[in-house]
Formats: sequence, C-alpha cells, structure tokens
Amino acid sequence: MTKEYRYIGKATPRKDARDIITGRAQYIDDMKLPGMLYGKVLGSPYSHARIKSIDTSRAMAQPGVKAVLTYKNAPDWKLGMPPHKPVLDSTVRFVGDVVALVAADTADIARGALRLIDVEYEPLPAVYDAETAIQPDSPQLYPDLPGNLLPRGTYGIGPKALQEIVIGDVAKGFEEADLIVEGECAYDNIPNPLPPEPPGVIASWDGPDKLTLWTASQSAGANKSNIQNIMGRIDVRVIGTQCGGSYGSKNANQMPVAYATALARATNRPVKLYYTKEEHFDTFSLRLGSRIRASIGIKKDGTVTAVAGEWIIDTGASSEVVPWQVAVGCGEAQLMLRCPNWNIQPRAVCTNRNPSGVVRGFGGQELKSSLIPILSIAMEKIDIDPVEFFKKNFVKPGDGYYWRDGVWVEFRGPDYSKAIEKGAEVFGWKDKWRGWGKPTAACGTKRRGIGVGIHGNADVGEDESEAWVRLDPDGRAVVFANISESGPSQRSSVCKMAAEVLNLPLESVDITPPDTLVNPFEFGLVGSRGTYILGAAVIEAAEDVKRQLFELAAPLLGAGPEDLETEDASVYHKAHPEKRLSWRRVIGKTRTCIGRGRTEHDFSLPNMMTIFAEVEVDIETGKTDLLRVVATTDCGQIIDPLVLQGQLQGSIGSAGIDTALAEETILDNRNGHILNGNMIDYKWRTFVDLPEFQTVILETPFPSHRFHAIGVGEIAPAPGPSAVLMAVYNAIGQRIMSYPLTPDKILKALDKE
Amino acid sequence: MPTDIDWNSSTREPIEKSYITLTVNGEPHRLGIGSQQDEIAPSHTLAYTLRESLGFTGTKIGCDHGACGACTVIMDGEAVQSCSILTIECDGKSILTIEGLEVNGQLHPLQQAFIDHTAFQCGFCTPGIIMSTKALLDANPSPTEDDIKQELAGHFCRCISHYLVIKAVMAAAGRER
Repeated sequence: MTKEYRYIGKATPRKDARDIITGRAQYIDDMKLPGMLYGKVLGSPYSHARIKSIDTSRAMAQPGVKAVLTYKNAPDWKLGMPPHKPVLDSTVRFVGDVVALVAADTADIARGALRLIDVEYEPLPAVYDAETAIQPDSPQLYPDLPGNLLPRGTYGIGPKALQEIVIGDVAKGFEEADLIVEGECAYDNIPNPLPPEPPGVIASWDGPDKLTLWTASQSAGANKSNIQNIMGRIDVRVIGTQCGGSYGSKNANQMPVAYATALARATNRPVKLYYTKEEHFDTFSLRLGSRIRASIGIKKDGTVTAVAGEWIIDTGASSEVVPWQVAVGCGEAQLMLRCPNWNIQPRAVCTNRNPSGVVRGFGGQELKSSLIPILSIAMEKIDIDPVEFFKKNFVKPGDGYYWRDGVWVEFRGPDYSKAIEKGAEVFGWKDKWRGWGKPTAACGTKRRGIGVGIHGNADVGEDESEAWVRLDPDGRAVVFANISESGPSQRSSVCKMAAEVLNLPLESVDITPPDTLVNPFEFGLVGSRGTYILGAAVIEAAEDVKRQLFELAAPLLGAGPEDLETEDASVYHKAHPEKRLSWRRVIGKTRTCIGRGRTEHDFSLPNMMTIFAEVEVDIETGKTDLLRVVATTDCGQIIDPLVLQGQLQGSIGSAGIDTALAEETILDNRNGHILNGNMIDYKWRTFVDLPEFQTVILETPFPSHRFHAIGVGEIAPAPGPSAVLMAVYNAIGQRIMSYPLTPDKILKALDKE
Repeated sequence: MPTDIDWNSSTREPIEKSYITLTVNGEPHRLGIGSQQDEIAPSHTLAYTLRESLGFTGTKIGCDHGACGACTVIMDGEAVQSCSILTIECDGKSILTIEGLEVNGQLHPLQQAFIDHTAFQCGFCTPGIIMSTKALLDANPSPTEDDIKQELAGHFCRCISHYLVIKAVMAAAGRER
C-alpha cells in the first residue's frame, strides 16, 4: 500500500511537452550563433594506416574555408581512458577515424573542402578480433599499449577500483560442486545505440582559457569534467540543449567535443560540429564487444559454488571509459549470482573498428549477455527452471558484494523474488515452461520458446548530486539542478518531487536550464541515478527551504515552525487552518529563499529488472519473431507511470533486446568497412513489428528518500538479449552462443544451411 | 529539373523563373533561386529550406535519406519526407509543418493527445510522427491501431514510444478504449 501523493505516482504532463509537440524545443542543430562556422570531419578509408603525407593547401584556398586541422597543427589532447587516442594522429585506426577537420562559413563549403585534402596513406595490417589482437604477432594499434591491452586502472573510481572479480577460492568451490560445466559465449555484434539525432556540439572560445560549449548530451556536467580532463583546468561553461536521444552514447561526447573545440580555437569563432547520420555511423562510438569463456561449479539445488574464466572485451580503436564499465560489470555479476568463489579476469583489447563508448547497460549488459548463456548450460544440466535459479541467486537481504570502487557493500534492498514471481505469473511462465531445449508450442514449421534474463545495478546510488530550490514571493519555486533532457523526463520528475514537498501546483515549479554556470554540481544522468541521488538532493533542498519558510512564518503566525504547513504558496497553522499567510507576506516581496541539498553516493540499493520473452522461430526460414515481452521490476515508488512505461518499453531499442535478433554493426573483415552503416541496412524495429509488451512494477518502499523510490530506466534493456537467446534455444533445441540470432545462424544450428 | 518551364507560352520559348513560391503554414514565401547564400540552390532539399532558409526548425533531419521519417511534413495534404524532395520542385506547393498545427495558441487535438499520453521521450522523432498521423486522421478520421502502425512504419523512434504514440493517436481520433 503506497502513500497517496498529489503528484508522485501520477501521470502529469512533461514540463517540456508543449515545446516538443509544437517544434519549439531547441535541439543542437536548431541553434545558430552570430559568426558561427560549420565544422566537418574527414574520415579515413583505411582501418589501419600511417599518413605518409597530407596536403591541405587546396582546401585552405577555397573561399569560405577558415581552418583545416590535421595531426600537424591540432592540439595535443588525448582522448579515452586512460588517455590514449590523440585527437588527430599520424596513424588512423579504424575506417572513419578522423584524419582532418575543416571549419567553414557553411556546412556545404566545409564538406566540399574535405574532398580537396590530399592524403597519402601507407596501409598497415589491421586486426578486427579481440582474441587475435592479443596474440604476440598481431598488428599493434598504439606503441604505448603492448599487446593492444588497455591497462586496468582507477581513473576516478578510487584506488581499489574493481577491475576483476576475485573472491573466495575457486578451486575449493569447484571441489564442492556437484557438476562443473564449461562454456563460451560472445556478445560482440557491436550494436549502435543510434539516437535519432546525430551527435553535435557548438564550441566558442572567449579568450585562450575560457570556453563555452553547447552540447546535445544527457549530462552537461559530464561534458565539463571530460573537457577539463582532456584540456586541463580551463574555465569551461557547458550548456545542455534538448537532446534527441542518447542512451549513454552522448554522455560526454568526447570526440565531437574535442573536434569542435579545436576548430573553434583555431578560428577564434564559434563552431558547430553536427554529424550527418553517415558520420554518426562511421566515426562515432559503439557498444563494447564481449566474450566470456568460463567454468561454472553448481550444486543440484542450483547453488553456484564457483565461477572462473576470462572476459575478453573488445573496445575498438579506443575506449571512452572501459575501466568504469569493467568495474560496474564486475559488480553487477555479483548482484545476479550469489556465489562465494569467483575468478573472472577481464581483458580490454583494442581492435581496428569504431571506438567504444558509454551505452545503456554499461559493461553489465555485455557481461550478462555473455555469462547467462553459460550459466544456462549449468542450469540445464541440473534441470532447474531458470526463474527458480534467478530467484534463488539474485542478491538478497543480508548479502553483500564488492561494488565499483572495490568496497564491500551490504545490500539494503528488498527480496526481489517477489517481483520475479509476479512477473512470471503475468507472463504465464509455469504454464509455458516445458523444460530446457523444449518448445512451448509447435505448429507446422513454427516453434515457440520462452526465455528469461535478469540484471541489477547498484549505480542507482552512484556519485554525487547537488540541488537548490528557490522560493519566490509570488508563490513560485525554481529548482536549480544541472539536468539535461535526453528523454527520461528527469527534469519534470524532480519538479514533481519539489512540488510534492512544497505542496505547490506543479505549474508553479520551474527548473533552471542545464548550464554549469548557473547550477550546483551534478554528476550526470547515468546508471539510473536520477531518481534516487538527484531526487534526494532536490527533496533535501525543498525541505530545507520549507524549513526556512516556516521559521520566517512562525513569529508572524504566533506558532512554532513545527506547527506549520504550506499549501499552494501560503503557510498555515495545522491546528488552526484559518491562520494563514501568503508566501509573499512571509518571505517579503523583495526577497527570495534558497534551500540546499546534496546527496552522497549509496551503493546499497541496487535495482533489478527481469525480462521474460516469448519468440516464434520458423525452422524452414530461420526467421524469428519476438511475440511478447514482460518487463518486471520493483522501483519502490513510481514517480510517473507513463514515463516509466516508456523507459521500460525502451528496452527493445537503443542496442537493447533487438541486439539478440537483428541489431549488429557488420564489419567487412577484409578491410574493416562497416557494411550496414545507414538507416536502411542497420535493422531497427518498426511500428508494424511490435511485440506485445507488458510491465510488472512492484512498489516496495526503499530506504532511499522521502518517496522511497529508485531509478530503473538505464538497466531496462540489459536482461533482454540473454532472455531472447534462451527463448530461441528452447524453441529450436539447438544452442547458439553468439548474437544476433539471424536466420542464417539459426538455419546453420538446425543443419539446414 | 532546375527551372520551371512554361511550355504553353505563345512564343514557344521556355520562360525560366528565377524564383519559386512556397506557402508554409498559410504564409506565402517567395524564394529566389541561385547560388548566393540567401537563395535556394538546386541541391537544397525542402527540409533544408524549411529549417535553414525559413527558420522552421521544428522539422527535424535525422538520416537525410528518407529512411527515418523525422523530417515529415504535409505537402498539399499528403505526408512527405521533406529531406527527399528538392525545394525547386515545390513551386506553388502548400506545406504544413509542426509549427502550423497550433492555431491562435490552441493546440491541435493530436498535440494535446501526445501531451496527455506522454507519447514521446527524447522528442526528436515527434514532429514527424505527429505530421504523419495528422495526414492519416485527415484522410481516415477513425483509424484502427493497425492503420496507425502502417502509417508510421517508416518512422524511427529509438526510445520506443510506439505503444504510447498509438494510444495517443487513438485518443485523438476519439477511439480510446
């Protein structure tokens, strides 16, 4: 039974709804600054090559061209984590790797100038497979990265950053097992999160050390810290625009930010760098590739006694943030699997394809999609129902885990078995489950199968947020928080929280634009942390300012602050509601009141998402249809049911569930070219192919903040791919240990090639 | 076709026009054709002209290749992808963009339904989706869910607001269950 709130838990119009549905919302390409130039990038046609010579004189001679940058005259900034990729280099490492940058009066002129840059390449041997790349005689991408291995590191995570899972004694664990299975599974189809709006930024310098950046990002703050990591402690102001989808990928916008900033510095003019969709495919970042080879020790009752193996991570030509993805993934493995003995060794490897960046699921989706299929082999051997296995093995009250920072955390959340059970019931799991490798139904050439996957993330409480709430005497409140809007409605959600605390009409609560000059510190919208950490900061600020309001009102109403309440911008005595003063009278018409809030990280309340999937495979054609999805979670308290519904249904797209069936970036492994880098050949689900989609959302109050809520949006897709892989196995009785399950792969498994 | 040619002219000599007229959201615009920065070049798409020359930035460009639907506008009553039409082919045409749906501060029922159902997330594909469904409802005021899905089959919505969009359109058509 949840508390009845004025706004929390109810569907309310998004604050930016009117702007979006009238076309007034300002996305990055809708902006023009006076004197603004347009930047364009020249991509390499080779996956690995040395630039023998590069001549920009013909391009520079074009009227309207203001700057051409190459490795010869570009700033010496390095991108990636640890910093390893020069912003422009004399070596190119993937097809599309940026060779030169042009700024010109118009985008057309800039594009034309690219064709006038004369480059002579010396092609080098390339490597596209991570396991090949670590062999001694493989081509080397960076002189500083022997064996193409990115070093494990701490990079802001703390000295004990979780860079492997080593817990207990795996030898002892395997001895205790009734059964040991070995397996290998690859989730290395490097799907593209593919936001509809291509990446874009505008950079403008005011003097040598003062930069303003407009960015289409989910986290304006992350852009700022990222720039300062790359360029040193310059004075940088970051302003977020309405963002046309990110799903992680535009969190820091490392490459486009560096390119636009370099061009703006070279020209001393504002420069907009806005990718075309082709450039988005060719030069931007993709998901990590993941391959796990592991042994599992299991008892007949489903207790896992040991997990040991290696996790090969393909980062592509560079990695924006792989140590963090490894750290989070290693933590998330423990949330899914209560096992006392682990030895998982991650290896992050560079290859000659697009760089990898942040994508929703953040290491965990990659790890889960590779590990759960191996666990499934063990589950089948002891003949345990996977729903029972997940219920038994997902983290429970009293358990703990090493989280991202390498620190042991005791779990304070609920027993998620209840939610998993409820989801199974709505899905009709018990009626449909026929055992491992057995179809739920067969009719002609069609075979139906069901599968389930699970994921959890303690980053719902990651890092820090600050917020202020200002009360104005005219009865309005303004939330100061550095929140970008890329879809999850976080700006509106915190307004609802403030309106609820202040008992104010929602229309009377506004929020500042995302702008680092105006707002207090905000880590950014990642890891589903908005609802809890950011929400708690806004709630604390609203409660703080309410306390100030009551202290001001108490003497005026002849009462103690504790006797007072507020409603629709007036303060009243709880025992004598007729004793009432407007905020204007309380605050004074020439004053404002400001409350402050700050939340520290708390990794003890991980979220959980279980996805149940039903598929139908045609064993003659190999085509698989996703028929039905049930997404199940417990979020403590729904903030907005329609927003949450959208976030959970979002599990299908943005390199989520459909990475199991259709989504992949196909490389020509002879030359590293992407073969499907456009919106037709890259497969995405259309309106006519929608599966039936149900959500099951429990609301067990969490000890998080006033509204007992945690976020779940970021993890929604993560359990999906392995659920679909399991469903297809059960439909056809043949195990496929890689993604996506395209018809040719299914026919091959069925020996019908 | 770089110019409009009047074949019926009495002189039988083609007459080349150096401008086109385009009505956008009820307002006529006379646009010069040429290669100067404020003129319409033969290579300019309708999407480009609407956004860059006329300032109707509510129309979004996603792929610029007719494969995502973001740039959909209504031309003489039909939903079209404005990235795949050259402006110089639009002489005399009447265009409705997302900015033209709101009349005197009054939202179109479709727009209101999208607000009421939170039928968007990032909102980038929303103007295109609304314009397609507007054209659908104009032609078929009582569509089935399947009609809506077929109409929107070419629209790329990566956040997956599809389910809420269908509900919103059904509601706008007065067919909410």
